[in-house]
Amino acid sequence: METSKKAKWLTEKRRTALSAYLFISPFFILFAIFGLFPMIFSFYLSFFRWDGLNPMTFNGFKNFEFIFNDPVFYSSIKNTFIIGIMGTLPQIIIAILIAFALNSTLIRFRNTFRTMIFLPYITSIVAVAIIFGVVFNNQPFGFANYILSFFDVGPIRWDAEYWPVKIAIATMVFWRWVGYNTIIFLAGMQSIPKELYEAAKMDGATLSQQIRLITLPMLKPITMFVVFTATIGSFQLFTEPLIFLGRNLREEGITMVAYLWRDAFVYNSFGTASAAAIVLFLIIITLTAINLWITNRIGRSKKIS
Amino acid sequence: MAAKKEVGEGKFSLNKVLVYLFLITGSLVSLFPFYYMFVMATRLNREINSVPPPFTPGTHLVENFQKVTSNIDFFGAMWNSFFVSTTITIGTLFLCSLAGYTFAKLEFKGKNVLFVMILVTMMVPPQLGLIPQYYIITTLGWLNDFKALIIPGLINAFGIFWMRQYIKESVPFEMIEAAKIDGCSNFRIYWNIVVPMTLPAFATLGIIVFMHVWNDFLWPLVVLRDPSMHTLQVALRALNDSRQMDYGMIMSGTFWATVPLLIVFLLFNRLFIQSLSEGAVKS
Repeated sequence: METSKKAKWLTEKRRTALSAYLFISPFFILFAIFGLFPMIFSFYLSFFRWDGLNPMTFNGFKNFEFIFNDPVFYSSIKNTFIIGIMGTLPQIIIAILIAFALNSTLIRFRNTFRTMIFLPYITSIVAVAIIFGVVFNNQPFGFANYILSFFDVGPIRWDAEYWPVKIAIATMVFWRWVGYNTIIFLAGMQSIPKELYEAAKMDGATLSQQIRLITLPMLKPITMFVVFTATIGSFQLFTEPLIFLGRNLREEGITMVAYLWRDAFVYNSFGTASAAAIVLFLIIITLTAINLWITNRIGRSKKIS
Repeated sequence: MAAKKEVGEGKFSLNKVLVYLFLITGSLVSLFPFYYMFVMATRLNREINSVPPPFTPGTHLVENFQKVTSNIDFFGAMWNSFFVSTTITIGTLFLCSLAGYTFAKLEFKGKNVLFVMILVTMMVPPQLGLIPQYYIITTLGWLNDFKALIIPGLINAFGIFWMRQYIKESVPFEMIEAAKIDGCSNFRIYWNIVVPMTLPAFATLGIIVFMHVWNDFLWPLVVLRDPSMHTLQVALRALNDSRQMDYGMIMSGTFWATVPLLIVFLLFNRLFIQSLSEGAVKS
């Protein structure tokens, strides 16, 4: 600043830089050990046969050949996509609707509604999966089957049939996350300037026009964020199928992370599990890239300042 | 203004009823599984296994919970969860705020590149490195040791991002300059000025971190093999996997494991919802 301090400034700057590196080093050291190195090692491991005890043996592309010849692996990819879409898409639509209702100035008890709708999110996934395991019990006394019996349907074997398994797991995902996304959308809606609506009302815009022309376009960045996190979240689906189906994880409901977990920690086949992890990684990278590409095309995504 | 309001009310009265119905339905759907869990936790297995299933609470709340404690060390698991969650929360808050302060207020070479690197790590799916992580933990001899949860749990890119935003906005440069002139070291500035000024950010990030660690399942399942080390989530899963499916008992365990989190949530409700929505809108 002042010229008289110039000589001191140099050492001061150096000292600041030194403490800066010191202060941020824990993150980078820990990340190198527990994040980066394992990632790189996963690539390496996917070319080896290894049970965790005996020496590794080089296997070339055999692990990938193995998983690509395993029908269960394809099922796991398909299940992840199907459950992901079934759990996510209705969730986002309903969340926008609830958020819109909560955002209406005419509504009283807004905080009470908000709290009740948000409650499922704080519950652990394990608890959710256990509760819904009882709701979707195979027996006639299971809650879902009991309700269906009024319509002369079932009893359905929720943990063994193709679509019922997926419906049950998607319901768990839906129930736990819809409130969370509602809050996110609500926050987005509240940040839209009121003047916009007032101006539109003056011009004689109807409610549906206001929604279509103001609310939805202004919500785009938030919607992108929600879609983004929901997509990544669905690719990490694991707890719900494991708790619901038990450790043998039937083909109808196994997801990709569940597949790699089972390969590694039930069958001790670390090589094929790593190969599955690599494929999962590539799928997530591709989807993230598509997501970013769409976000950039649709509108300026908020940049980090 | 008054005239306008009347027009609005008249016009939307049917809509208003529909909106309330919609919200009430939504709330009931949200709450029902909690209620159902409570009903099952108070019923005997034989009552649950009848058609129609019970929809009102019974009288076996205590009995079911006694079965839980005879099957798993429930209070031990709860203590483990509490210990691990608290330790990780405190450690994460310290490291994230220190790094956040560094990125917000200190000048050094490579600052932007390093910060972007931290943000990129948020995109990587954690399961990718699961197997080597497990192997590292075994090599270090940390299997069945809380270190296996706590030390990798301290990495939190979102936390750094969050703290940086907050510190950047709420700590004026003038105060830091003044402290520097008084001869404060960078760490003292952090400790004596930045920390007291950003306590609300600590509270909100703390709640988020605590909840995530408390509810975490995959990693504790992998590294905690010994039942005496199980966290609540892993213990619940063991309960659910036991041979005889005693639903009354299982739901009792789930119910009592959920109650503490419900209480914490209802106490800090406002803070909780506000922090999560802010976090999302900001990032």
